[in-house]
Order: sequence, then structure tokens, then C-alpha cells
Amino acid sequence: MLTGAFALVFFYAPLDVDQGFVQKIFYVHVPMALVALVGFIVGGAFAVMHLRTRESKWDMRSYVAIHLSVILAVGVLVTGSIWARASWGHWWVWDEPMLVSFLIVFLLYATYWPLRFALEDKEKQARYASVFAVVAGAFVPLNFAAVRMAEQYIHPQTGATIAGGLPPKMALTFVVALAGMSLLFVTLCKYELASKHATYRLRALRRRLAGDDDELTLTGRSAAPQL
Amino acid sequence: MLPALPLDEAGKYVAAAYLVFLALVLIYVAIMASKLSRIEREVVELAELVEGREADADASPPPARAKEPVA
Repeated sequence: MLTGAFALVFFYAPLDVDQGFVQKIFYVHVPMALVALVGFIVGGAFAVMHLRTRESKWDMRSYVAIHLSVILAVGVLVTGSIWARASWGHWWVWDEPMLVSFLIVFLLYATYWPLRFALEDKEKQARYASVFAVVAGAFVPLNFAAVRMAEQYIHPQTGATIAGGLPPKMALTFVVALAGMSLLFVTLCKYELASKHATYRLRALRRRLAGDDDELTLTGRSAAPQL
Repeated sequence: MLPALPLDEAGKYVAAAYLVFLALVLIYVAIMASKLSRIEREVVELAELVEGREADADASPPPARAKEPVA
């Protein structure tokens, strides 16, 4: 689907009147940003489920959603920086609220792993990480709304054609790119969850074969959740 | 905002942005693939361990029964 979206970007979507060819970055930058932000919120929702049920699978899902969202956020910051350089002539503009607010969100989530790693007790680690994910997940839409309300600043407007707004061909391309990015996120989440489940089952099996009764206790400190 | 860049200039930035995305996905998939290969190695090790134990159990004679005292 992403390949199809990128084909639409270069062969179907018209050039933007204001920005020209550089506006093509929009189709990878904005879907990545939206999916990353939604991923953070979904991570918070999984964390709520963990706090309610105390089931470790929800902590694992929250961890994986946040992990992938942070990876996408790195992509958002880099592609945004490239777009800023092409549009404004600077790699980074500190008085642009959208950029700075996204950086704040990224830095906030960058503390998620040190927080987890700092706590050796796995139950405590999962609980504290869930509280963090809920609070940070609630911060994401608030932050986004605050930036939207800051009308005195203007983020680069895309789809600015003579008629104004996003034209149908651009809108279709954007929707396909967004759907592709969302599917990529879900697929990678499932991939990582399957990998983590397999790893923990193998470790448990190895301990069982070695005759260790306490088969689910992990040795050493780790930021990763325990199933 | 600067005026729209010419295609040859803009192309470099667009290519760089898409390559960044591609690189991120490829690095992630490569890391996951290395983890998967490690899991596969561990599965083979465990399977060999189980087979070895089963072979040992088959090779060793069953424990002799203790004689019951005759009344």
C-alpha cells in the first residue's frame, strides 16, 4: 500500500502551487507524524488497560506502540528538518511552534526507556511506565491543540492551490499514504510483539529444561517488559 | 517562506526525505531479522538439548526393581 501511495505521490498528485516539488515531502512527513502521535495515544490507552487489569500483555503492547512511535518520531524530525531547509532555508526554526512542540513530545518519550531501566522490580517498572504512558499520552493531543490555537504562527501550509485547500488528487494521495503508514505501524507492532513473545517463551523453556523452578524470572536489569 | 525551488534542487531534498524513511524501516527490519535469527538458533539449540536428553533416557537401562521381602 505504501508503494502504491508513493507511486501516487510522484505520478498522480499535482505539484503544489507555492512549494512546487518540495511539497512531495508532505506525503511521507505528515502521515508519519500523525501515526506517531496516534501511536503515543494508543500506547497510553494500552497503559490504562494495564493499570486496570494488571495483565502484563497490556504493558507489552504499550511498550511496543511507544517504541515504534518514537522510531517514527525520529523520521518525522529528520524529514521535517529537510523540508524546513528546502522551504525556509534553515534546518531548524526555534520559533516555529509545531516543530518545537513535536521535539518536546519526542524528548518526553525519550525518557521512557531510562525510566523503565531505572526500576529493577518488574511489577513496579510496568506500573510506573504505564502511569508515564497515560500522562504523556494525554499530553500529546493537548499539545497538538495548543499549537493549533497559536494562530499568530504559521506552519508551512500544504495544498495551497489557487482554489485553496487540499485538491482531490492530493487528498486521495494523502489518504492512501496515511493508510499505508498506519498499516505499516500495525504490521511492525505485530512483528515486534511476536518476536518478544517468542523470546520470552524460549527463555522460559530454557530455564525449565535447565531445571530452574523460577522459570519466568529474568536475570539482570532490562527496560523491556516481562510477560 | 522561500520561493519554490527548481526541480533539480528540490529533487535532492525530496529524495533525502524518502530515503530517511526507507532507511528507518530497513534498519528496523534488519534489527528484527537479527533477533529472529537468534530466536531460530535458540530453538535449534533447545531441540538438540531435548533430543540429547531423550537419547540418554533411551540408552540408560531402566532402574532395577527392589526385591520384595518374602513373608
